[in-house]
Amino acid sequence: MNAPKESSSPSSLRLVLTLAIAGLVSGVAIIGIYETTLPTITENKARELREAVFKVLPGVSQMQALVYRDGELVVVAAPDKDEPVIYGGYDEQGDFVGYAMPAAGPGFQDTIALLYGYKPGEKIVVGMEVLESRETPGLGDKIYKDAVFVGGFSSLSVEPEIFAVKKGTKSQPNEIDTITGATISSKAVVRIINETHAQWSAQFPAPGFEPQLKITEPADAEAEQ
Amino acid sequence: MKKNQSHEEFIKGIWRDNPVFVQVLGMCPMLAVTNSAINAVAMGLATFFVLVGSSFLVSTFRHLIPKQVRISCFIIIIATFVTIADYTLLALVPAVHKELGAFIPLIVANCLILGRQEAFASRYPTKLAVMDATGMASGFLLALLSLGAVREILGDGALFGINLFGENFEPWVIMILPPGGFLTLGVILLFFNWFKFKKDEFLEDVAAAERSGN
Repeated sequence: MNAPKESSSPSSLRLVLTLAIAGLVSGVAIIGIYETTLPTITENKARELREAVFKVLPGVSQMQALVYRDGELVVVAAPDKDEPVIYGGYDEQGDFVGYAMPAAGPGFQDTIALLYGYKPGEKIVVGMEVLESRETPGLGDKIYKDAVFVGGFSSLSVEPEIFAVKKGTKSQPNEIDTITGATISSKAVVRIINETHAQWSAQFPAPGFEPQLKITEPADAEAEQ
Repeated sequence: MKKNQSHEEFIKGIWRDNPVFVQVLGMCPMLAVTNSAINAVAMGLATFFVLVGSSFLVSTFRHLIPKQVRISCFIIIIATFVTIADYTLLALVPAVHKELGAFIPLIVANCLILGRQEAFASRYPTKLAVMDATGMASGFLLALLSLGAVREILGDGALFGINLFGENFEPWVIMILPPGGFLTLGVILLFFNWFKFKKDEFLEDVAAAERSGN
């Protein structure tokens, strides 16, 4: 109550000290909250990814991360930063089912990030899940809210590539109906999948020679909790 | 008297000096995140936490903070609370955090919060400052909620994600899009000004009647 009133302008040292203490306390508080919430945030992200992988690859109950190194797909526990990662999906017996492919590209407003399931044996897409998008609410957001559109990716041939056609005119196994009012967004989804597929298709091993499931999955321990 | 005053500080934020409808502050989050009631509530609660927390600290330490560096200190305090709110939302409700996106860190820049520190919390005792902050934050929350509810009901036919009108409702999509925010806000501001105008008119009439009566 009395200190600041003694002189009209306090010494520079006091100003510096006040700010330093404020910054210090603030820093400690931020580190505290970061450390407290980090495990939950990482866990949430991992769970979200697992759920998405299991959703786009029906019948899958185990997964592992795969990266392309030195001309082949290898299993990694912790991929390097910025290294493109795909996920191999395996059934109860540990047999390979398909790949879950993260893909991203420009949509109508912002980047659309999605995950699609791909079976290299039949060369079909078996599922698609939008992970992130800022498409127009009510129109473009139908790319994940419209069950018919999303369902269209449950068995879609990628040979030679996916074509987006006007609603109700799908006649080939590699065609998908676009959404009325969200043509740009639905075409963007198709383009993103096509581009990602073109990038990766040469890097897949021949069907039947996919990387084996490594039995180091902490998945069961996590599921029991 | 004391009790009345703190009561008054609380009420003024909700109605007479409502931060959104009367002071027209915090327009950026107001228009951006009110496309659904749940987003509006999440934003309102995050702002509530930041505003009340910083008002409490600023008012408690108001004699220790030299006047020359007060704005920097306020911002440090506000930014710390915002970061705490940001991480907490990310850990507890990742889905809502994703919807609100950049607007949570941007609470730092909400002039409503810095304005209350400068205009009120740094000059009044802690108790009054907390009452004032609670009132202002509740007013902000109510304003966000009313805008969010109107826009979600008209634009999506739902409230808090619960469908209200059944299958045959044709959503008025523009209400969830940015123009809907401006339209709704405009109509509400119109109402508040009309109300104020009517009230002033009424008070004048009463005064005139009293004068002629005498």
